[in-house]
Amino acid sequence: MNAQQLYDMMKKVQEAKGYYFNEDRERVFDLLESLILNKQRYGYMGCPCRLLSGDRAKDRDIICPCVYSVPDIAEFGSCYCNLYVSKEWNEGKMPRDYVPERRPPEKMPF
Amino acid sequence: MTDDESKSPSEIKSQPDVKIYSLSTCSHCKSAKKFLGECTIKYEFVDVDLLEGDERKAIIDDVKKFNPRCSFPTVIIGDKVIVGYKEKEIKEALGLE
Repeated sequence: MNAQQLYDMMKKVQEAKGYYFNEDRERVFDLLESLILNKQRYGYMGCPCRLLSGDRAKDRDIICPCVYSVPDIAEFGSCYCNLYVSKEWNEGKMPRDYVPERRPPEKMPF
Repeated sequence: MTDDESKSPSEIKSQPDVKIYSLSTCSHCKSAKKFLGECTIKYEFVDVDLLEGDERKAIIDDVKKFNPRCSFPTVIIGDKVIVGYKEKEIKEALGLE
């Protein structure tokens, strides 16, 4: 799968849930390429913005879209990576604050 | 003679040491590197996801000393630690504001 195919597939799935790709297309495709790279490296599309363990079970919560993206988009309008955002975030109707790491430290396998 | 006058021009303009603990895949890490590059700031970086074995463990321990959550980028500017790509804080730490 290439980045365009991943984009088309995820756009359909995520927009139905009310989540949108960041309007910054270059950033989005860079992140999608990283997801594909992580799939090749580890066998799963782990979050490109977090250090992955290489163990799918330990990283289950940060397989994209991660479990934290739902509360992050609800609170900040964006996921941790700025890959998925709300409509309002894309339209500039809310501040684009830096999204802090929500993953609890005890989930980190390091 | 003031302190500055006794120093060579390169010393006067010297910047604090800048180091980035980053991931090769992380969008915020790329933004931080790009920003420092545009500001012509010299920096060192280490892409932790590309390390293996003992070297990786050792660097992760280093990152945790600065940032217990071990998130990326962790930017070290002199004695300041900036977690995440926060342009304003980076500028302040570099004295660019």
